[in-house]
Amino acid sequence: MKKTGEKRVFKRRAVAGTSRRGGRKAGIPEGLWTKCESEACGQVIFNQQLEENLRVCPACGHHFPLGARARIAALVDEGTFEECDRGLRAVDSLGFPNYADRLGVEHGRRETPEAVVCGTGSMGGVRVSLAVMDFTFLGGSMGAATGEKIARAVARAESGGRALVIVSASGGARMHEGCFSLMQMAKISGELQRLAEARLPYISVLTHPTTGGVTASFATLGDLIIAEPGAMIGFAGPRVIRETTHQELPEGFQTAEFLLERGLIDRIVSRREMRDTIARFLGYLLGGA
Amino acid sequence: MAPRTPRSQPLDFEKPIIEIEESLARLTAQRPQDDPAVARELTALRERLRGVRQEIYARLTSWQRVQIARHPARPYALDYAALCFDEFVELRGDRAFADDRSLIGGFARLGGRRAMLIGHQKGRDTKERALRNFGMAHPEGYRKALRLMRLASKFGLPVIALVDTPGAYPGIGAEERHIAEAIAVNLREMFALEVPIVAAVIGEGGSGGALGIAVADRVLILENAYYSVISPEGCAAILWKDRSRAPDAAEALKMSPPELLRLGIVDEVIPEPEGGAHHDPAAAAALLKGALVRHLDELGGLDPGDLRRKRHEKFRRLGTFDGG
Ligand SMILES: [Zn+2]
Repeated sequence: MKKTGEKRVFKRRAVAGTSRRGGRKAGIPEGLWTKCESEACGQVIFNQQLEENLRVCPACGHHFPLGARARIAALVDEGTFEECDRGLRAVDSLGFPNYADRLGVEHGRRETPEAVVCGTGSMGGVRVSLAVMDFTFLGGSMGAATGEKIARAVARAESGGRALVIVSASGGARMHEGCFSLMQMAKISGELQRLAEARLPYISVLTHPTTGGVTASFATLGDLIIAEPGAMIGFAGPRVIRETTHQELPEGFQTAEFLLERGLIDRIVSRREMRDTIARFLGYLLGGA
Repeated sequence: MAPRTPRSQPLDFEKPIIEIEESLARLTAQRPQDDPAVARELTALRERLRGVRQEIYARLTSWQRVQIARHPARPYALDYAALCFDEFVELRGDRAFADDRSLIGGFARLGGRRAMLIGHQKGRDTKERALRNFGMAHPEGYRKALRLMRLASKFGLPVIALVDTPGAYPGIGAEERHIAEAIAVNLREMFALEVPIVAAVIGEGGSGGALGIAVADRVLILENAYYSVISPEGCAAILWKDRSRAPDAAEALKMSPPELLRLGIVDEVIPEPEGGAHHDPAAAAALLKGALVRHLDELGGLDPGDLRRKRHEKFRRLGTFDGG
């Protein structure tokens, strides 16, 4: 629920940036390259190469953040995505300080004015209902419109007799919407209960970062839970935990690898293998190839 | 019950009341009361006290309510278990790892009705506060609660959930044993319970930790409790980088009972004795009991399918947006 996840990512991005000074030093024209976010790596990567590689560092395999649209293109069979509820968007229902202004700016510059893009698409020929969160929209926070879109994506899977795939990326609740934000956790979980009863598969994909209320609801309710390498996944933010417990956090705390080790997720899957892996799992769950 | 009285732990905004009460006490002790002048003064002071009390308690701000909700003498779940219920038999453990003492549960009888009572539990003194982890449950608490709620569903006992937590515990062990999943599973599985569920926020309704036992057919809240997605201090720290602006955040978050009722987050606000439940726990318990009984009886007539459908629709509706 706290914003720690968001902060951490911003820090990493600042390292990433397309720094001009570094560019000259490396002798590569400005704005064409990115330095790997992984401190141990630091590889200079041409932007075009990075995009072609789904924003995964070719040298060390570090996963850079990926926008919802690029993610969908990487997940579904080419040309099969049909977006739903594109116009659905947040309102300042509480008159919360500065929220209306922030929404105005975000709504003005976005193709899909929310922290999630939903629709249907095919994965290995199987039609699925898809919801892909976008961390760049207010930290992927869970507003009422976000929750409504995801709830509809779950209902769409149920009514269409399809599998559901949700890709999470969220700093948690959107405090600007108060308890409405909190209640989206229940709303979506209620839809997931119906989907489970209909015995339709739900695959939850956790990407960097997945924290707070999103983790404490739909993200951890998948029949299968898959995480991207290095993703930060947790309920409380590390700063809050440190302040509350006065304890040093263990090495790699709240990373995908840490969760895998403790038995909390099924697998860690590289972004480049995500589409094929999900299609393969759906084959097991739905029958067929 | 609380060893300390509310009077010994007044809140800042209650100081004007305490001052008049002290003047009254001094006057009563020191001067002969059959003196007509003293009697007049006493009457005037009592009149003023009534007025000041009314003025303060009838216009509580969101932040003042938060302070009452957190008052160390406020009745907790086990106090209500003793005051509202004819019997409470605690059942313990999650059958896997531990018994979380910050989230209690067990059989209870309420005016002849059988029920499963669950609730967050805070501690009264230093030792008990540590035992109860300040009402912040670990994954085991939520898993125990689900175990008991499923037991209730299997044998037809309605569930009563008393919510009173600053939030689920943000700790290393809690994360390692997947607190997020424990809460998430409760959210989903409470929709599958085939018995009436009534939740009442009796103190702090702190975020996911509160919601984790509050997916209910009726969500009630005591007049001076709160329910919020984030603590006012946490919100102020993010918004203004200043935790001392928590009172402003409490207003902005719309976390007080009248606002929550208006927004449809809660179904009913249960009145408290003047000044808050800790001023008269027995009276507060009687008011809570009345509301619980009424809602349980209303829900008792519905068949499991109807209950579940209405529960689903109730939460499905929450939240406003554009362009739907
Ligand atoms: Zn690298």
